Amino acid sequence: MSKRYEIRFSGAGGQGLITAGIILAEAASIIEGKHAVQSQSYGPEARGGASKSEVIISDGPIDYPKATIVDACLAMTQESADKYANGIKKGGVLLIDSDFVKNEPKGDFKVYKMPIMRTAKEVVGREIVANVVALGAMIALTDAVSREAGLQAVLSRVPEAFIELNRKAYAQGFEDMKKILG
Amino acid sequence: MAKKVALMQGNEACAHGAMYAGCTFFGGYPITPSTEVAEVLSNELPKVGGKFIQMEDEIAAMASVLGASLTGAKVLTATSGPGVSLKQELIGYACIAEIPCVIINVMRGGPSTGMPTGPGQSDVQQAKWGTHGDHATIALVPASVQEIFTETVRAFNLAEKYRMPVQVLYDEIVGHMRERIEFPEAGELEVINRTLPSVPPEQYKPYDTSFGDVPPLAAFGSGYRFHVTGLNKAQDGFPTTKAEYVDAEERRQVRKVEGEVARVQIESNEEYLTEDAEVLVFAYGSTSRSARYAVNELRKEGIKAGLFRPITLWPFPEKRISALGKQVKAIIVPEMNLGQMNLEVERVVKGSCPVISIGRVDGEPLNPGQIIAQVKEVK
Repeated sequence: MSKRYEIRFSGAGGQGLITAGIILAEAASIIEGKHAVQSQSYGPEARGGASKSEVIISDGPIDYPKATIVDACLAMTQESADKYANGIKKGGVLLIDSDFVKNEPKGDFKVYKMPIMRTAKEVVGREIVANVVALGAMIALTDAVSREAGLQAVLSRVPEAFIELNRKAYAQGFEDMKKILG
Repeated sequence: MAKKVALMQGNEACAHGAMYAGCTFFGGYPITPSTEVAEVLSNELPKVGGKFIQMEDEIAAMASVLGASLTGAKVLTATSGPGVSLKQELIGYACIAEIPCVIINVMRGGPSTGMPTGPGQSDVQQAKWGTHGDHATIALVPASVQEIFTETVRAFNLAEKYRMPVQVLYDEIVGHMRERIEFPEAGELEVINRTLPSVPPEQYKPYDTSFGDVPPLAAFGSGYRFHVTGLNKAQDGFPTTKAEYVDAEERRQVRKVEGEVARVQIESNEEYLTEDAEVLVFAYGSTSRSARYAVNELRKEGIKAGLFRPITLWPFPEKRISALGKQVKAIIVPEMNLGQMNLEVERVVKGSCPVISIGRVDGEPLNPGQIIAQVKEVK
């Protein structure tokens, strides 16, 4: 029986978390040749509201395309943490943006904290790449795909003019998480 | 040479499947969760000299594809349940006038506007009986991104071959999720074009059954002139109320799909571990993926569960379901509606085993746990 690995990205609509999920699924299925399914659920709003994107990665065909019990979860906002940081596996991991999630979800999983939005804005230079900072951190945290596959997938999605910005964002997220992990 | 691969949504795969099949006309009206089909085709069709038209509403969109089809084009419209409701009059027109067309229905909840961003499977009986009057229906229900591509191609083939509307129904989950797809090479999948008349214009009759149950269809603009109407008509296309004509035509139009030979060519399904199954799960679309997951889990516990997954939903796979009904202790029918195909399974098994519905209509996916629990309750 093939092994499933389930990752959920959640935050506010417009933060680029669906894109982060797509990039991870591309890294897994197109670059690394594994099986991957990405899906999302969203409300009728174009922006705002809590949004989530889920990626299932497996070495075999994936039947049920939605999360059953999440191995790793990201929450960028308090609302998304309250709504989507649940159903996390015993021993699983949760990454929160520590500036926005003050009321930390409790459960039988390990919580990691990073100021993701602030890192994007102050260290990388643009708030808009917070999703790529988060993606780098989640890949470092989970080993769901290799660092190189993740980077390749990020760069294949962004326009020429933004390649350096995104490369920097991805590396920052990845390195910051490695430091946390020690 | 390595095949071209991509990670894409079901809706995007549908649009690319349509292009592969030779679609040159799309008429539609945007509606969640189907809009990406239109979005991709608005980019792709102009590249091959095709036409993309966003009409003023769903009804006009359906009318535009019928008009375009009569000029010889392969045509598509894509919508969701509320749109299909509006299109029903013209779907009936396409049935009686025998106009090839493909209708994509990316299903959300209902009735009416329902829940636009949530998944549903509640249009499966509408696909069969949404338009009034006796008529044959072909409806396909793909369950993966790759299969949406291949079934869209097959929908065009069936529409052209049988000269009728063909519906492709898939739920929002399959429409919006992204999976890897391998694009078939040109020539790898069969592509069928409609039969054109072999007789000169002056001898042409649009409903001439001497050519079989599916008469050749001339293209307007190619020198052939004929009458098209929603009234019952004679072989020359003009209205008639003569009992013997009307009866023969009505029966032919149903027979061309539901006759023994046609059924074999149109029906398509997948069976998973049904050979020794004691409990059968009948599931389609995204729900079949939950069911397959459930069957694998149940087998690990030694419970002999199996899955029957129709890919052609209409015409309904009567013979096989009837046989399986005699083999198993029970048939479980999970679906994101309140038991629509459950009714059809019940009709076909004629009481030879219990048929148990699992319905879910809250906008959440029907998950494997629900199916596992229900199977375990059987005896």
